[in-house]
Formats: sequence, structure tokens, C-alpha cells
Amino acid sequence: MARLLAGRVLSSALVILGSLVLVFAILYVLPGDPTDTILDPAVATPEMVANLRAQLGVDQPFHIQFIRYFEKMIQGDFGQSLVTSEPVLDKIVEHFPATIALTVASSLVSVTVGLVLGVLSAVHRNRLIDIVARIIGLFGISMPTFWSGILLIVLFSLQLGWFPAMGSNGWRTLVLPAITLGIVGAGFIVRMVRSSMLDIIDEQFIVTLRSKGLTERAIMYRHALRNALIPAVTMIGMIVGEMLAGTVVIETVFSRQGIGRIISDALMAKDLPVVQGVIFFSAIVYVAVNLLVDLSYSVIDPRVRRST
Amino acid sequence: MREAITAKAVWRERGRRQLASLRFRRIAAADALLVLAGAVVLLIIACAIVPGWIAPYAPTEMLTDNILKPPSTDHLFGTDYFGRDIFSVVVHGSRDSLFIGFASVLIGGLAGGIIGAVSGYVGGIADTILMRCNDILMTIPGILLALAIAGALGPGMFNIVLAVAVASIPGYARVMRAQIISIKSRTFIAASSSMGASPMHIFWRHVLPNALSPLLVMATIGIGTSILTGSGLSFLGLGLLREVPDWGTLLSQGRGYLTVAWWMCTFPGLAITLFVLAVNIIGDRLRDDMDPKKRRVRG
Repeated sequence: MARLLAGRVLSSALVILGSLVLVFAILYVLPGDPTDTILDPAVATPEMVANLRAQLGVDQPFHIQFIRYFEKMIQGDFGQSLVTSEPVLDKIVEHFPATIALTVASSLVSVTVGLVLGVLSAVHRNRLIDIVARIIGLFGISMPTFWSGILLIVLFSLQLGWFPAMGSNGWRTLVLPAITLGIVGAGFIVRMVRSSMLDIIDEQFIVTLRSKGLTERAIMYRHALRNALIPAVTMIGMIVGEMLAGTVVIETVFSRQGIGRIISDALMAKDLPVVQGVIFFSAIVYVAVNLLVDLSYSVIDPRVRRST
Repeated sequence: MREAITAKAVWRERGRRQLASLRFRRIAAADALLVLAGAVVLLIIACAIVPGWIAPYAPTEMLTDNILKPPSTDHLFGTDYFGRDIFSVVVHGSRDSLFIGFASVLIGGLAGGIIGAVSGYVGGIADTILMRCNDILMTIPGILLALAIAGALGPGMFNIVLAVAVASIPGYARVMRAQIISIKSRTFIAASSSMGASPMHIFWRHVLPNALSPLLVMATIGIGTSILTGSGLSFLGLGLLREVPDWGTLLSQGRGYLTVAWWMCTFPGLAITLFVLAVNIIGDRLRDDMDPKKRRVRG
């Protein structure tokens, strides 16, 4: 178990390092010069641009720039915003709690709604509940969040006045965004759980269980569900990542403060250090969540525990 | 005694017929849904190709005495702040929105397919390097990667396409590689090889044609995903400010008038949802038809 843990942690660290190099490389290769963000191209002289480039270190070759960035980063320095010269890490730390709250809330919505509907849908195949669950699943993965969010605002804030349409203070502001984002994840989970449960119901061991006289309820909930959960858990890791990424759009729709908002504002202002910082930070969170999911297999599935 | 048997037989026959008609009805319902989805897709594609035949007004025509009017028989989807007929703008806007979806799937699917095919067929060190890069690319959620790329490239239609395409590469590469590897190990490949066929011949004639269908199914569903991601990017303001806005841009424009004109956001979003929904229904069906386990019992 300890060896498994060490191995997984090490490979996760390598993946994070790889994604740092990759994002750094993409932003390095793409056109666009950070000096354009700070200096007005109309009035800047070539010397001013050259001086600024030297000051920012962007005149150095790729590997030197990356090593410098990396050295600072492991000391907790993600660079400074080109626009406000505020340290990027401060910005992230300040806005992260709101994003985490939304990510957790919408993941909870996804997982609860997804699991319950998915299981009911497979158990009562082709009945009303199945049809409803499949329609919800299909709509969940087909609606753009910026549309479903706006519809929820029109209905529940503007018409009924139940929940606020914007802001990020208090749990009431969390309800509509969490539902908007949660429906997407729920859609994926419903479809996944349903199809993996149906696959398992077709398997031989279920026939064996039936022939030994087990009740249908015990077969479904004790045996089929437990086996169907394994692919669903993998999905949950992915869902948390998708929810985290989805906050970019949702925070704009609901005017919430969060790192999604920072990144879209920074993109508009061409503030690359901020963009880089937020993406690296999200990648770290995403990899960490998937590491946890990976490790939780051994708890859920005894076969994994034994084989390692 | 005889009569009892016949009665039983009649009952059994009737039961069988009822079961058959039930099954028929279920399949017919599934087919009707498929036909409906196909019709929606074709209609929206028609809007993209010949918007002028379908839209009653020009998308840029500003009817100054008809500002922010709710939906009516004259203006099916209402009018916006400039007095444009929203139905006409949505019809014309389908061109850019669908372009993002189809072009990015084409580029992403092709690039991912090639990477996956090389990785799976060549194997060895090339496989290791490509797949590690792929794993890394997968750790960054699609829309974040697309945002970073689109942000660095600046706003613009082709930049959005490129961003969405790059973000979709890892998925295609993975599926293609798995498929190639599974076909490579089949007996008929060994047979072809033992008869002296060159690796290139085997790849083009035997491996590739057999590996393509899962990629095509994935690409079908990918069109929906790409339209969602692409219109998300243009909703965030990365779409080019063109004369005729695409659906995502249209929604972000309408967002400012939410309190006075709900129709400005509702209909462009409905267009996105309908198209993606239809594509997903078709994609689901294609995937089920490919799966031999599901081909027998549908539902």
C-alpha cells in the first residue's frame, strides 16, 4: 500500500511538471508579446520595449525562462500581473475559496442526482423513471451552461425572486450556479451509471445470483450497484475537473468573484502571467483530485487492493 | 383435452404477438426520435448554407420602430436592442457556430487520429513519448486549455477553431491508439504479414479501415461538444466582433438585457441546445449500433 501510494504520488508530480512545461511552451510559441500589454505600441520606442523585455526576462531562451519561472514557483511566487503588478498567487488565494465552494457544491449536485437517477433508471429499465432520467441526462450534456444559467436567473431570480441572480456572498448565491453546473455533471453520470449497470445486469454472475434465489432488490443494490460504481468513481474525478473548469463560464454568467473570473478578465487584458498561474493552479488541483480518486479504488474494489 | 391445449396455444400465441408489437413499438419510437434528430440537424445545416432563403429579414437590418419587441407572428423570436429580427440573426449566425463545430472536429479528429495511429501502430519509444504527452494534455480540462490558446492568439473565428481542436486531440488520440492496438493483434493481420505484406500495406489496407468507425462515432458526438466549447469561448468575448454574431456572441449580447428582454438570450441558446441534442441522439444511436451487446436489445 505504501509503495502504491508513493508510486502514484510520484507519477502525479511528474504529470504536473509535464503540464507546466506544456502550458509554458504553448504560451511561449504563440504570438503575442507581453510588452504590448504594458506599453502602448503607438508611443513605445524600440529601446523602451527592449528594456522592458530584459526586465521581464522574456528575451531569454525558452529553457532559461522556464527554469527561472519554476524556481520562483516552488517558492510560491507565480509572478506578477502585468496590469496591476499584484502577485498572481495573492490573487489566486483571494479568489479561490469562492471557486472551491462552487466546485464542491456543483460536484455534490452532480454526484447525488447522477447516481440516484442512474441507478433508478437501470433498475426500472424502460419505465417512466427511466425515460425521465434519460431525458435529463441527454439535456444535461447538451445545454450550454451559459444558457441554462441565464434561464434559471430569468425564472428564479427575475420572475420568482427566490434566489439572487449575482454575487458570491452566502449560500443563497450558490444555489443557482451550483444547479446550473451540476446538471451537466449529473447528465454525464446518469448515462454512465445506467449503461454500466445494464452491462453488469447482463453478466453471468447475476444469473447465478437469481438462480440461487436472491431477491431482485438484493441483486440490484448489493451486487450490480457495487460493480457499477467502479467506472462511476473514475468519472467523478473527471467531473470535479469539469466543474472546476466550468466555473470560468458560470462565474461570468452569475457575476461571481472567483478564479474563473480572474482568468477570463486576464485573457481580455492579455495578462499572461495571471493566465499561466491560474491554469497551473487548476492543473495541480485536478491532478490531486484524480490521485485521490485513484487511491479510493482500492477501498471500493477489493480486486485492485489484492493486485497491488 | 384437445380444446384445453388449443386454448393454451391461442393464449401463448396472443402473448407472443403482444410482445412482438411492444418491441416493434419501442423500436419505432427510437427510430422516430432518430428521424426527428436528423431533421433538426439537416434544417440547421440548411440555415448555415442558405440563410437568405430561410430568414425573413437581413441579419443587419435595423427596424428602428421595432426595438426590443417580444416574440410575435411578425418576429418569431422577437427583436433586439438594435431592432434586428432575432430569428433572422439566429438563422444567419448558424454559419459561424456550425463552422466552429465542424472545422474543429475535423482538425482535432485528424490530428488526434494520426497521433493515436502512429502511437499504436509504431509502438515502442514513439508510443511512450506520444502517450505521456497525451496524458499531460489530458490533465488540463478542455475549456481551460482552449481558453489559454484562444487568449494567447487573440479573438477570432479561426483562433477559436484552433483552440477547440487542440483541446479535443487527446481524446481522439486515446481512442484511436486503443483501437489500432486491438486490431494489430488479430489473426488476420498475422496471416497477411506471413504472406509477405509490408507493414505499410497492412496498415492502409487492413488496420486503418477497421479502426476508423469508433473514431467516426466519437467525432459525431464531438461536433456537439465542440459547439458547446466554441460558443462558450465566444460567449466569454473571444469571438470576433463580426457583423453577424454567432450564437455564443448573441447570448452574451442578450445577457445585458435580461431584465427587459428574455427572448434575446432564450432563442440563440435554444438553437445551440437543439443542435447539440440532435447530434448527441444520432451519436448515441451510432455507438449503440456498433456495440454488438446492445444491438440485440435496444432501450
